[in-house]
Amino acid sequence: MSYSISAGGNHWVFPDLKTVMAKASPDRSGDRLAGVAAQTSQERVAAQMVLADLPLKTFLTEALIPYEKDEVTRLIIDKHDQNAFRPISSFTVGDFRNWLLSDLADTTQLKNISLGLTPEMVAAVSKIMRIQDLILVAKKCSNPTAFRNRIGLPQRLSTRLQPNHPTDDPTGVAASVLDGLLYGSGDAVIGINPATDNISSVITLMKLLDDIIQRYDIPTQSCVLTHVTTHLEAINRGAPVDLVFQSIAGTEKANKSFGIDLAVLKEAHSAALSLNRGSCGDNVMYFETGQGSALSADAHFGLDQQTCETRAYAVAREFSPLLVNTVVGFIGPEYLYNGKQIIRAGLEDHFCGKLLGLPMGCDICYTNHAEADQDDMDMLLTQLGAAGVNFIMGIPGSDDIMLNYQTTSFHDALYIRKILGLRPSPEFEHWLIKMGITTEQGLLLDGLPAAFSHLQARIGG
Amino acid sequence: MADSKLSSNGLSNKLSEGYLTENDWAGLKRYTDARIALGRAGTSIPTQAMLSFQMDHGNARDAVHLPLDIDKLCSELQEQAVTPILLKSRAQGRTEYLQRPDLGRRLSVASAATLTSIAETIEPSMQACITIVDGLSSFAIQSHAANFFKQISLRLKEEGITQMPPCLVEQGRVAVGDEIGDILNAQLMILLVGERPGLSSPDSLGVYFTYKPKLGFSDANRNCISNIRPAGMSYEAAADKLIWLIKQSLQLDYSGVELKDQSDSIESLEEPKLGNFLLD
Repeated sequence: MSYSISAGGNHWVFPDLKTVMAKASPDRSGDRLAGVAAQTSQERVAAQMVLADLPLKTFLTEALIPYEKDEVTRLIIDKHDQNAFRPISSFTVGDFRNWLLSDLADTTQLKNISLGLTPEMVAAVSKIMRIQDLILVAKKCSNPTAFRNRIGLPQRLSTRLQPNHPTDDPTGVAASVLDGLLYGSGDAVIGINPATDNISSVITLMKLLDDIIQRYDIPTQSCVLTHVTTHLEAINRGAPVDLVFQSIAGTEKANKSFGIDLAVLKEAHSAALSLNRGSCGDNVMYFETGQGSALSADAHFGLDQQTCETRAYAVAREFSPLLVNTVVGFIGPEYLYNGKQIIRAGLEDHFCGKLLGLPMGCDICYTNHAEADQDDMDMLLTQLGAAGVNFIMGIPGSDDIMLNYQTTSFHDALYIRKILGLRPSPEFEHWLIKMGITTEQGLLLDGLPAAFSHLQARIGG
Repeated sequence: MADSKLSSNGLSNKLSEGYLTENDWAGLKRYTDARIALGRAGTSIPTQAMLSFQMDHGNARDAVHLPLDIDKLCSELQEQAVTPILLKSRAQGRTEYLQRPDLGRRLSVASAATLTSIAETIEPSMQACITIVDGLSSFAIQSHAANFFKQISLRLKEEGITQMPPCLVEQGRVAVGDEIGDILNAQLMILLVGERPGLSSPDSLGVYFTYKPKLGFSDANRNCISNIRPAGMSYEAAADKLIWLIKQSLQLDYSGVELKDQSDSIESLEEPKLGNFLLD
């Protein structure tokens, strides 16, 4: 079915819904690369006007990728909750934006409608929202999760301590872990990207992180970000797996290119649950996503990259994750060209994920061939802090020496906590005080804390 | 040093002391190149560490954006009695190159025509074509391409492998080697490319090897040797790996993911060490 509108002195016709969605998307290089972007600014706004008049329920009958062809579409349609949808079922996309911004849409109401929303509805409304809209509505959503501590409670901000090392050297990893802990980082997860997927070196890292967590009795969880099938193998071999990690995307074909489907995620989810390692809750999955992944696998089916990304959140939602991390600037300038595009995408992803009920965090990052720098990351960090992001990355001095990109530092997390009055996860906050790393007020203490003084001879300058 | 100078600016003692906190665990730096134990100004990154980061980012940005000095590289190659074939991709300038990787993977129409006419003059028995591509770091190519070319050229000669004249591509991506190899009917494509610069590795060179390249090949058809630079893999080690891959592919009649690099399988059997200072 085609859509048309007279606007700006022209008559615009769009052949189908996915074209309306793509043309309505704020400008980004990935949609141009895919050949789906609006050709002019007027065409973009015309598409946004069409979208604003579209009934939300259209998305329940007009699948952007056919039901028969794609298991993610089937998941979205089959799991849609009609009861939760009823209060907003008469809305157009434009009405929905107005309602979301109104004071009627409070934390409880947003939670109640969450399962009645499909990713496409959420992506659609995000396309007619400004940055401040994305922040205001996301801030009203509350999606806390728990494993060995509680993450995402109001006025809390957690960090993933990311102690990557180019050769997975255990001592090098441990050096970054200790530095991070002493800067108050690591309450979302201590999560390492291994340099190799080799099963024995992956298990070595899993044991290392688990030993550190146990030795110092840290209320947090570990994760080695390897393929889901490698996690299954590690679990079979008795390795200490807290969280199972996987990169996910919004189409069945893109997930296939990652070597996964819903069945293998389900298997891994059950396996991780069976270990029963959480003391506070049973959210055992850690997912990463990012706009552009479907296109880079030639698996986008003519959809814009932001809609594909939001569909990945339906996959995540199925497995009650502890953490969902949109790695926004990692993919490079052919998908998000500059700071402006990266900032907008990060806030869109956070908003869409939160509205769908997910514990959203963001890897606020860029590569050296993107038109972006530390100032852009400071802007996104500050805006995501205001929007109530559950967690960000923490890495020594912003420099990932293994993955060769820049993300937020331990210091960046302290900055955002300081200016917005945010605190770490409650259990972790208590541990920081107990260990003499921070004061009761959360201020860092000088010097090496007594709990680590036995290391002095080995690590002193 | 800049920080200590700031304290002598006339502020009262109370205000001018304790504004910069150093970390007592700086000894950890011997275990990793990560930017640990930076200290803090309040809770923020101290001036020196901040500027040192910005310098590294500046170098990486320049590596991406400064154009390759073609004349300089050509004269260095001419010292080796080699005259490269100069080619361009379809990307018009750096901005388009960065946003349209598809254009960097193809030769411009004019370059494809030039190469096609040159191909007719090349003896059909010639096996290898070395192609130099600016990629994402002109700095890497400027620093290493001529020297590394010399090294592998010599090694190929020792192995009795014949070489066509090398190609030099501006605004190119790795897959441009498929089109070049296809036109030249090369048996072995050895492509040197400037890799995406890291903060501490703005000059990293990559080598991609493809056996009997054809237009439309994917990354699965290639083997990659990465991180060639003084602080990474040496020219010698990279050349050893490359020759190993070439010999294997000549036997197997293919390259790519099916051709597993086992040139260093002996070292990788080493048991990983588990113990470290945090757990002792």
